[in-house]
Amino acid sequence: MIKILGISAFYHDSAAAIVVDGKIIAAAQEERFTRKKHDSGYPFNAIEFVLNFANIKLSEIDSIVFYEKPFLKFERLLETYVAMAPRGFAQFSKAMPSWLREKLFQKKMLLNLLKQHDKTFNNSKKIFFSEHHLSHAASAYFPSPFDEAVILTADGVGEWATTTVAIGNGSNLQIKKEIHFPHSLGLLYSAFTYYTGFKVNSGEYKLMGLAPYGEPKYAEKIEKNLIHIKEDGSFRLNQDFFNYTTGLTMTNEKFHNLFGQKPRDSKKDKITQFHMDIASSIQKVTEDIMVKICKSLREEFNISNLCLAGGVALNCVANGKILKEKIFDNIWIQPAAGDAGGSLGAALSYWFLELNNKRNNSKIDDMNGSYLGPSFSNEQIEKILIECGAKFDRLEDDLLIEKTASDLSNSHAIGWFQGRMEFGPRALGGRSIIGDPRSPDMQKNLNLKVKYRESFRPFAPSVLREDVGEWFELNDDSPYMLIVSDIKNEKKNEMTEKEKKLFGIDKLNIKRSDIPAVTHVDYSARIQTVHKETNEKYYKLIKKFKEKTNCPVIVNTSFNVRGEPIVNTPQDAFNCFMGTELDNLVIGNFYLEKKKQDQSLKKKYQEKFELD
Amino acid sequence: MEFIREFWEFLKIRKKYWLLPIIIVLLFFGGLIVLSQGSAVAPFIYTLF
Repeated sequence: MIKILGISAFYHDSAAAIVVDGKIIAAAQEERFTRKKHDSGYPFNAIEFVLNFANIKLSEIDSIVFYEKPFLKFERLLETYVAMAPRGFAQFSKAMPSWLREKLFQKKMLLNLLKQHDKTFNNSKKIFFSEHHLSHAASAYFPSPFDEAVILTADGVGEWATTTVAIGNGSNLQIKKEIHFPHSLGLLYSAFTYYTGFKVNSGEYKLMGLAPYGEPKYAEKIEKNLIHIKEDGSFRLNQDFFNYTTGLTMTNEKFHNLFGQKPRDSKKDKITQFHMDIASSIQKVTEDIMVKICKSLREEFNISNLCLAGGVALNCVANGKILKEKIFDNIWIQPAAGDAGGSLGAALSYWFLELNNKRNNSKIDDMNGSYLGPSFSNEQIEKILIECGAKFDRLEDDLLIEKTASDLSNSHAIGWFQGRMEFGPRALGGRSIIGDPRSPDMQKNLNLKVKYRESFRPFAPSVLREDVGEWFELNDDSPYMLIVSDIKNEKKNEMTEKEKKLFGIDKLNIKRSDIPAVTHVDYSARIQTVHKETNEKYYKLIKKFKEKTNCPVIVNTSFNVRGEPIVNTPQDAFNCFMGTELDNLVIGNFYLEKKKQDQSLKKKYQEKFELD
Repeated sequence: MEFIREFWEFLKIRKKYWLLPIIIVLLFFGGLIVLSQGSAVAPFIYTLF
């Protein structure tokens, strides 16, 4: 048996994954254990978890693969600073200490850190370094259900590459072309995330969620001034408008003058129609570029399958556009498309590309529904709940599902904690908050009373796979909630002329469809199709809800509050349950009601987490 | 020493010998840079470095 440990760390979402004889055994993000969102530190806990889950000691691991090459990244940094000197000293002086102290000597640093898991481990020859975009591409292709595919990866930046095209064929994967720093679609999107007052690296979702409230009034201005897009979708950013190569902000004065406003200060400035129009504009430009690239790739390589990864692949609206245009016959997107997934890609690339192992495609994806994290037995859950002082009932599966479906139909907000935790940013019915999508107040209530987040943000539907075509303009699998599609016309409530004239967030109060809680203001929805094969309990719950209500759709949002990583343990779940206005908690076979709990256990919870 | 050997290999493969003097100077003044306090202003930037 060959055991490979993949690690991503030190920049964005740290994570670890373990692959044994080419099979993905376990993967998890460090943030879930440390309770620090997007934790970028050494993933000590995630590594401990994957090793324990696979029942392997570190000294028994054959190879440890880091997801990118530090020397190559250092080369990019030095070349950029030399090219820009004397500008860029501010960033240079910020970057160099950590590089000269540790990042440049990453192999030694990793070796020392790895010894924490197993003192007998002392073999630096087992440590290897993949390339950032190769790791992304491997994570997108090798677990996919395809024998042959074009692989497109796009993010902020890795070493040099920001966008790559690769071809996967059987056990082979070859990078064909790249776009290099500073020209980056991810950084362009992040620049607008910064400009509209959201946090770079995490607020990109909010910008995407804000886009449907606006009009793409500035799209032409962006394309004329900021980015030169070529016929094949490749692009160059006009660096006159950006500050990220040399400074400590994403944009500069020239950028702000172009749009006529300073960047929004989230502490004092409200979101206005201007910010919504900006969001809509950059979203449109991003979609246009992605569609253009995909069209040219289809023409160039004449391969009918597409795999996507990299942070930009989390832009599910753009993914939905690529699908809608029918450029490729099939699309598969790595659920952990961000840097966390790099840990998995690093391990898989080593297994297939360095060890030259043969790939046996099982025709269904190898991600196990992305349920690759920790799970807890009923005995473990019971022990933890007793320690927490919880009042609970233990119910058999059928009764548990009956009761939960009944609560859902009565508009309860429910914490749903079952089986293994998801790998990647989306909750997919393992660590989810669920609700009734037919309720007109559900979106507002969940945002303001449960999640404590901005009221403009939409929620996503989980729908039975066999019913997706009846409710949405989609007839494909979307198990990882990475495709956005419109609600079917017959489920929509057309807006009156008066309602159409409403601006921005006011539109949210209109009942836009039969399932308003998951219908965005432009009638779109970020869909998760639920499959019996990957999550039977969740499937049964929605099926029961359908029996009661004739609606095969429920609201699914991640089990956390704003700024908090998704819950990992039963204790995290109970704390979140008692700190919010959730009505019920269903955890393993245990059923909890808020009104029966000791009210003194209620805590002011949301203040514990720094807002994202 | 493993680091020096690997880094030299890297420069050879990438044909980036001109980076060497910069790196030597950086490492020479490294102590100063490491010890110097960076700006207290938190960067609002994608983690490029």
